[in-house]
Order: sequence, then C-alpha cells, then structure tokens
Amino acid sequence: MGILNYTFDWSVLWRDPYGGMLVKGILTTLQLSLLAWLIALVLGLAVGLCRVLPLRFTRLVGGAYVQVFRNTPLLVQLFFWYFAAPLLLPKPAQAWLYDNVPNYAFWAGVVALGTYTASRVAEQFRAGLMAIPRDQYRAAYATGLTTVQVYRYVIAPFALRLILPPFTTEFLTCFKNSALAMTIGVMEVTHTAYYIDSFTWHGLETTTAASAVYLCIAACITAGMAFTEKRVRIPGMIVRR
Amino acid sequence: MDLDVVSDNFAFMMGGLGLTVQLAVITIVCGLMLGTLLALARLSSRVWLYWPATAYIHFFRGLPLILVIFWLYFLFPVITGKPMQAFAAAIVSFIVFEAAYFAEIIRAGIQSIPEGQSMAARASGLTGYQTVRYVILPQALRNMVPALVTQSVVIFQDTSLAYVIGLREFLRRVNLVDAREARSVELYLFAGAVYFAICSAGSLASQRLEKRRERMSLA
Repeated sequence: MGILNYTFDWSVLWRDPYGGMLVKGILTTLQLSLLAWLIALVLGLAVGLCRVLPLRFTRLVGGAYVQVFRNTPLLVQLFFWYFAAPLLLPKPAQAWLYDNVPNYAFWAGVVALGTYTASRVAEQFRAGLMAIPRDQYRAAYATGLTTVQVYRYVIAPFALRLILPPFTTEFLTCFKNSALAMTIGVMEVTHTAYYIDSFTWHGLETTTAASAVYLCIAACITAGMAFTEKRVRIPGMIVRR
Repeated sequence: MDLDVVSDNFAFMMGGLGLTVQLAVITIVCGLMLGTLLALARLSSRVWLYWPATAYIHFFRGLPLILVIFWLYFLFPVITGKPMQAFAAAIVSFIVFEAAYFAEIIRAGIQSIPEGQSMAARASGLTGYQTVRYVILPQALRNMVPALVTQSVVIFQDTSLAYVIGLREFLRRVNLVDAREARSVELYLFAGAVYFAICSAGSLASQRLEKRRERMSLA
C-alpha cells in the first residue's frame, strides 16, 4: 500500500468493447447538449423578449420563469422531468410514452437541460438588449425608420454581436451540465467513464480521458468563437481577449 | 396531489438539509480562501505563480463538477492507497472546483480598482503586502460581494451533486423517500420549493447589495 501502488492500463480507452462505448458516450454528450441548446435558444429568446416588452403581464411571466429555473438545482429539475413529469400526463399518454419512447431518459435530459439553460440565455439576451444605448433607438426612429426596420437594421446587428461572447459561455455551461444527465441513466461520456470502471476497475483512466474530451471540445469551441468574434466585431469596439 | 407524503417524511428529509448546509458553508469558506490565493497568483508578475494558477483555473472551469467528483474519487485511492470517504471526496472536489470560479470573481474585483490606487499606496511607502491588504482588497471586496453571493447560491445548488457518491444530503433523502413511497410529483415539487426558498433569499440579497453598491459608487 502506498503511493502509486496502481497499475495503469490505458488500453481500456480503445479496447473492444470499451472504446466503442466511449465514442458513443461522446456522441451522446454532443447530441444532448446541442438539442438542449436549440430549446434554450428558442425559449430563452422568447423569455428574454417577454422581460423587455412594455407589457406588465409578459414581464411578470418572464421574470417568474427566470426566478424559478435559476433558483432550483438542475438536478432537481432533471428528476422532476424524469420521474414526475410523466405522472402528470393523462393515463393513455403515459402508456404511449412508456411503450413508444425507449430512451425517455435522454429526452427528459434534453428538456430539463434546455429549459434550465433557457433561463440563463434569457438573462444574457436581456442584458445584451439593455446594453445598447437608448440613443441608438432614438436616432434610428428620428431618421424615419419603422419599428421593424429599427430592430432589423440598427438594433439586431448591434445586439447579436454583443451577445455572442456570453452565449458562447452559456453553451459551454450547457455542454458541461449535460454530464448531470447521468443521474437519470443517460449514457453520456461521464456516465460511460464511470460505467466502464464497474467492469475493469480502471475508472481513473476513463475519467481522465473524459476530462480530456471535455477540455478539448471546449477549447475548440472557444477558439472557433474567438475567430468568429474577430470577424464580426464592430469597428471601434473592444473585443473580448 | 397528496401532501401527506411530504408531512409524513418531513423530519427525515429536512434532516438532510443540515448536511447540505454544512457542505455549502465549508465549500464557501475554504473555496474563498483558496480562490483568493489563486487570484493573487494569477495577478502576480512572477511566471512560476502566474502559469500554474492560470492552468488550474482553466482546467477546472472546463470540466463538469460531477466529473471532478468522480475523478478525485478514483484518483485519491491511487495516491494514498486508502479508499476515500464519500464526505471527504465531495468536500474536496467542491472546494477545488469552486475555488476556480471564486478566483475569477476575485481577480475581476481586484482589477476593477484603478491602477493609480496601488501606485499611490506604493508611493506613500507601503509594502506590496500592505498595499494589497489595506488598500486594494478592502475596496475590491466591496465590488465583488454581489458576485460572490450569487456564486454562493450556485454552490448551495451544486451541493446536490453529492448525491452521486451516495451522500445522504437533502436531495438524496428526497430520492430515498420517493423510492419507498413512489410519489414523485409531490416530493420533487417539495424539493424544488425548499431550494427555491433558500436560493431566492440569496439571489435577492445579491440584488440588494448590487443596487447599494451602484448607489455608493455614484455618490
């Protein structure tokens, strides 16, 4: 017993069948986070818009959405969508779900991660809109543009570039949070790493590999987005380093 | 809806909240200390301090917390030769993980202080340590308190991840009750409501502090 009394066996990373399992796990992680991101974008933009509209009702709904989803742990939300949500459906729908959706855990994970990330996207979106100086609107209206034109030609080109960096961060958070789906049995890469340990006792190698996968994918996305930000930057404005 | 299942198991579930709070408090206190050291190292002009701290922060910020928990859980026995206790595994992974996030908040807070402040302090004869201790940190701390409170709320939520290595904190206990009673809707709504009550209080405090800070910096 003592320091490094352990035989490393890195071949569990590519040996059959574990290599295939890891690749599948990586693909599941990507699928899960991309689908969740799609929901988060659509829902998040809608909620963010609700929060800036000059209507009391939509602002209240948008605010409540953000508060509820940000102030409860993602894990509780996952359990809710996985264990509790099907019980709220009428009986025939429940039966259909259990018979026809074999990978319900995956879809529960997508919905939970998507709706949770949407609350964060909504806040970033709102912050981006608020960051645009009021004068921009006034000047645009003063030159005789209609509301649609103001948003299409003045605000959107501005806001879209302002929110690109925070949205990149949010996507990376969503990507990392997808690991939580393992708690409801989704075989994404973290779960796969843990699962292989139960056959081989080489969890250290597999979790190290999983860490490398997360870091590599995150680095690629960061580099890609930094490049995009430079390409579309507004002249005269400071771009995130 | 049948809320009896909640009231019948209320004491058992709330018993887990103590452990949840304990995990959160230890993580926040130790994470802040480690985070401050990392932030200072990251702002240092000494290369052998700057690079390791930067690498550490980027490494942990790039990983999911759940993976860090497993990784330490597997790594620790290799180094010490002894199996790791679940509580120790959870607390150590929380601290090393959250310290990276704290470090970035603290660094931003320190960088928000104009350079003239430290130049003036040094010019008046204070040492480097004194400058940080008596001039920079007191001002920087005030600027970063709202962000630190927000991060503490996140940590409180993150403690639920101790679930995965079998620690019987609040969410694990709710889960255990659900396994016996099979009343998922009521139980998870209850769990959500408890977290919501505690976390909104924290979020509200953070917003209040932020507003007050803005008023003070305008005045």
